[in-house]
Amino acid sequence: MMPAMEQRYETVIGLEVHLQFSTQTKIFCGCANVFGQQANSQTCPVCLGLPGALPVLNQKALEYAIKVALALDCRINTLVKFDRKNYYYPDLPKGYQISQYDKPIAQDGHLLVADENGTTKRIGIKRAHLEEDAGKLIHDDQTNSSFVDYNRTGTPLMEIVSEPDLRSAKEAYDYLQALKLTLQYLHVSDCDMEKGSLRCDANVSLRIKGTSSFGTKVEIKNMNSFKAVRAALEFEERRQQEILVSGARVVQETRLWNDAKALTLPMRSKEEAHDYRYFPEPDLVPFVLEESMIASIRCSVPELPRAKYERLRQTYGLSEYDTNIIAADQDIADFFEACAKLYGDTKKIANWLSGPLLQEMNARKVGLKDMRVTPQDFIVLLQKMAENVLSNLAAKETLKYMLDTGKGAVLVIEERGLAQLSDSAALIKIVEDVICQNESVVQSIRAGKESAVGFLVGQAMRQSQGKANPKMIGAIIRNKLLGSSITEAY
Amino acid sequence: MTRATKIITQDDVKYIASLSRVHLQKEETQHLTKDLEGILHYVHKLERLDVREIDPTSHVLPLKNVYRCDEVRSSLKQAEVMQLAIQQQNGFLKVPKVI
Repeated sequence: MMPAMEQRYETVIGLEVHLQFSTQTKIFCGCANVFGQQANSQTCPVCLGLPGALPVLNQKALEYAIKVALALDCRINTLVKFDRKNYYYPDLPKGYQISQYDKPIAQDGHLLVADENGTTKRIGIKRAHLEEDAGKLIHDDQTNSSFVDYNRTGTPLMEIVSEPDLRSAKEAYDYLQALKLTLQYLHVSDCDMEKGSLRCDANVSLRIKGTSSFGTKVEIKNMNSFKAVRAALEFEERRQQEILVSGARVVQETRLWNDAKALTLPMRSKEEAHDYRYFPEPDLVPFVLEESMIASIRCSVPELPRAKYERLRQTYGLSEYDTNIIAADQDIADFFEACAKLYGDTKKIANWLSGPLLQEMNARKVGLKDMRVTPQDFIVLLQKMAENVLSNLAAKETLKYMLDTGKGAVLVIEERGLAQLSDSAALIKIVEDVICQNESVVQSIRAGKESAVGFLVGQAMRQSQGKANPKMIGAIIRNKLLGSSITEAY
Repeated sequence: MTRATKIITQDDVKYIASLSRVHLQKEETQHLTKDLEGILHYVHKLERLDVREIDPTSHVLPLKNVYRCDEVRSSLKQAEVMQLAIQQQNGFLKVPKVI
């Protein structure tokens, strides 16, 4: 087991995130931008780099890039040009990647990241640029070969580079979560790390706390999940600390996270020192972004997660917990606000959204959009609870049937006989039965052990198959055994 | 960019060749060094021009904003792509192992 981080060192992390856009087609050609197809079935002369084929920019990809830039509060370079990044690797059929070098489309932005205590930190976005993705390689030891699939070649990609503002693995993780949520709100990508549509590399270094110069940095790659990002960065900061404590120096290198072994290992690479010999891409003419184009994209940027969180908290007085859950999903947030327009008890709405409804969503593994319940139905359910027609348990049951059948609350309550038993004559009969059957408990209540009333209430609920109104049952038992008034429950 | 004033060395040529995965014989390296030196000297003439009043340009054509709509066009068939490969297996291009 490695030692915990020593107090005198400070971790410095910057993240490079690659985001695949979910456009219909690739960035420079009309090949479909789809995942999981038969190998090498989504390519054309342009993305294969065949002689004479010329790239043409997908307008949608440019618009998405501007949308991301605006959401991250970046300065937008209105003259957009592309550059060639030259290197030879089998995943790159042209021998170069079309990217952006000295003039990225976006610079100097930021993202506000909150930790679990609600404290926010501003993380700088150094730059974000548009480029094309490379193909996919599968390495095979047995045949000593690599297999190449060019379907991914030319997928629109945005690289988002943070400033080295992150000070721990946890902070980097929080940043990545916040960035993902923001990007999801924009509907420009499915942001799925498992599928590779969101990828993350990190630069990690350590320095003595209080100093401003940076230590030698190590680049970490191959982190394929959020969990892996956190584990890899935690491992790497401890590894570097051990080196520094022993008096040795950190070697500048690229290391790969090995998920199975839970450690980072130096990348064995046949690549030469990085010398990409960038030059302006001669096959693409420049793009001048009109103010009107940027303005209309600005209109398409929705209220972003952080702003939504603040507004929900303030407007509806929700707890941090509920707000976090509601703001983490645009559909849930919209659903909540539609409900809040119809029903005043927003706390109850939030509880039932972040509780039972979310549980049902998780159990069914579907999003809210695929759930067969409207805000109107949901409110009727809450109203029936408030009117004591439904017990808490019966309401959960009702919700389940509503989702199964798509029927409204009133119909489900009727069909399933879930309405609470509030007829006092029937309830008194149940209580009398329970009193007869539990003589010793009755004795102890009479002797002053009032807490045992709960036991009898439970027995009565069981006898009524969950339909009895528990408040009324409790009041009737107290009235019978202790002589207290029962009117309060009516 | 390599400045024309600096004479290109054989080491520069070897380095560029290695970046380009080109294997050169000794005579070829010598030959190319001489050729490239000539080319660089020729381009060096441009440095005599006064360009202080001229905006930088990234492209020579008087064109801008050439876009494409996000509409799918048909791709090549896998079999057609495989015909382009030197080696292939199960629809994948096969190359010497790179990692």
